[in-house]
Amino acid sequence: MSVTEQTIQPAANIHPIDNLLRADRLPHILCPGCGIGTVIHGYAHAIHASDLSEDQHVCVSGIGCSGRAAGYVNVDSYHATHGRALPFALGIAVHNPDLNVTVISGDGDLTAIGGNHLIHAARRNVNLNVICINNFNYGMTGGQVGPTTPIGAKGSTAPKGAVEQPFNLPYLAQATGAIFVARWTVLHVREFQDAVLRCMNKVGFCFIEVLAPCPTSFGRANKIGDGLHEMEIYRQRCRVENGATNIHDLDIDLIDENKSITVGNFVDVDRDPFLV
Amino acid sequence: MPDAAAAKKTKAKAEARVLTGVHFMLGDHACAEGALAAGLDFFGGYPITPSTEIAEHIAVRLPEVGGRFVQMEDELASMAAIIGASAAGARTLTATSGPGFSLMMENIGLAAMMELPCVIANVQRASPSTGLPTMVGQSDILQARWGSHGDYGIIAYCPDSPQECFDLTVRAFNAADQYRVPVFILMDEVVGHMTERVVIPPADELPVFKRKGPRFAPGEQIFYGYAPDEDLVPPIAHAGDGYKVHMTGLTHDERGYPALNADAHDKLVNRLVDKIRLNAADIEMHEEFDTDDADTVVVSFGCTARSAKQAVVQARSEGIKCGMLRLITIWPFPEARIRALIEAGNVKRFIVPEVNLGQLRREVERLTHLPVLRLNHAGGAMPTPDDILELIRS
Repeated sequence: MSVTEQTIQPAANIHPIDNLLRADRLPHILCPGCGIGTVIHGYAHAIHASDLSEDQHVCVSGIGCSGRAAGYVNVDSYHATHGRALPFALGIAVHNPDLNVTVISGDGDLTAIGGNHLIHAARRNVNLNVICINNFNYGMTGGQVGPTTPIGAKGSTAPKGAVEQPFNLPYLAQATGAIFVARWTVLHVREFQDAVLRCMNKVGFCFIEVLAPCPTSFGRANKIGDGLHEMEIYRQRCRVENGATNIHDLDIDLIDENKSITVGNFVDVDRDPFLV
Repeated sequence: MPDAAAAKKTKAKAEARVLTGVHFMLGDHACAEGALAAGLDFFGGYPITPSTEIAEHIAVRLPEVGGRFVQMEDELASMAAIIGASAAGARTLTATSGPGFSLMMENIGLAAMMELPCVIANVQRASPSTGLPTMVGQSDILQARWGSHGDYGIIAYCPDSPQECFDLTVRAFNAADQYRVPVFILMDEVVGHMTERVVIPPADELPVFKRKGPRFAPGEQIFYGYAPDEDLVPPIAHAGDGYKVHMTGLTHDERGYPALNADAHDKLVNRLVDKIRLNAADIEMHEEFDTDDADTVVVSFGCTARSAKQAVVQARSEGIKCGMLRLITIWPFPEARIRALIEAGNVKRFIVPEVNLGQLRREVERLTHLPVLRLNHAGGAMPTPDDILELIRS
């Protein structure tokens, strides 16, 4: 075998989620310190732990760094247009209710350009698991502010700091009808995986906000340094409060060191799902 | 016995889908019935005049035969939802008009790029912008061809009667599946809101074309969902089939994986265009009469063709050598037929009446140096037979 014909073969499928990742697509496009890989890892673990076959899992993403998630998971996966992952996923879930459809996308994709679809999918209680990766900015286009950027945080389109009130995503999801609402960070690997699995086992609209470092864009503009630094912020300031009753009051302030970030599984209720 | 009972139930469902018989039916309803007869599984739409009757009719009928109707939050969502449902194997339809058609454009490009079959009925009204919502237009024909950014191929049918709204909708579903493209039914307000005799044939007489699937079981080998056959159309696997497909609007390779380079892009986009261009002879449809010796040929489509037909018949009775070419597919444009008419040597001029300011005329002019006379109305009214006859006599 010549050098050019050599391919790198893993010794064996030694890790239980190896076959849930598209190894032939590696290396991935994500930056060092980015949190998206941890989210993909958590989703793959939840698939592995679920009672469903891999063929019943479907992943849909929108556009952006987080939108690339669908391209790395080895299930039927779709990379839709910017903001439209939710209605695309609705079409799949409504046509074939046997499928367990998870939308993994970013805060800009799901809550800015796709915000209208988010509130209507939640209102209808479509049977979808939504993992919203919140890195507080538009990473792929180079760090512009968005509807989740905390007031005062800087971005290339708000060089003196964001002035708009950001969304409190768990509050938005609950208010519009989600039956399961959680917020975790990529530091909370186990809790996040468990939350995803709980979503997979519920029938209806489930929403998880997961905070993730974006050292290249958001971190650099806001003196957060590398990904590890943001993980340290999560470690020091996150306060777990499952079933928190003050969801309306859970805004995130990454800049003020004295403010805690409340995480947990906040809402877990049941109501009639849409067309299952 | 259970088999017989199940067969009876299946037959009853098929009969409910296809309302075989003679009807006095609205054009919009005929489009809806055509979709049901063709096996519509999923409809996602947003109300808009003058297409709303399609959605309303399907809201009643589709759940009766086991399909899903969803009124979406807007046309962006409607288009995305029918593409998603198509990815899961559904035959899908949305119905809209001008402003909604504009909102659908981005995802029409996604359907073209992912090669997910879907049908879009656009009941054209007077435009641009909000225009005249309740009145006729034919001014979306170039938007149907070129409206989403980039190069791609599509198919568009233009019915001129409620009967054709039924027939061409059935055909649109088959063409969408055969070529893996978005297919348009470019109706107009006059045809959509016209009530006429519609004959619906028995279910077993309707043409059916099913999507080509993978030729091996899941897991036997890697499935290349974008590796085309000789007709340039790849087989398709759906969500849940077990082939672990990946579909993206990014430029992709034959596996469906992003391939962000110029060569891959050139290869893919050329195929998206060529699979329609090179199969045009099989797709194209037109109606033609009295053209053998004609020195004047009227080229028309949709509601305007009804006026044109009457004018041409009248002109013939007056001894004028006049013929008619009615475009049933506007895209692909019947270029070959028009070139053949020109090469035959009799034609001295074309007349193109239409409810827009010359969109179809531009296509005819592209093919000939002969005079192409215009007869336009911007919308809200259509050329009358007398208007067209006057021009033929000139």
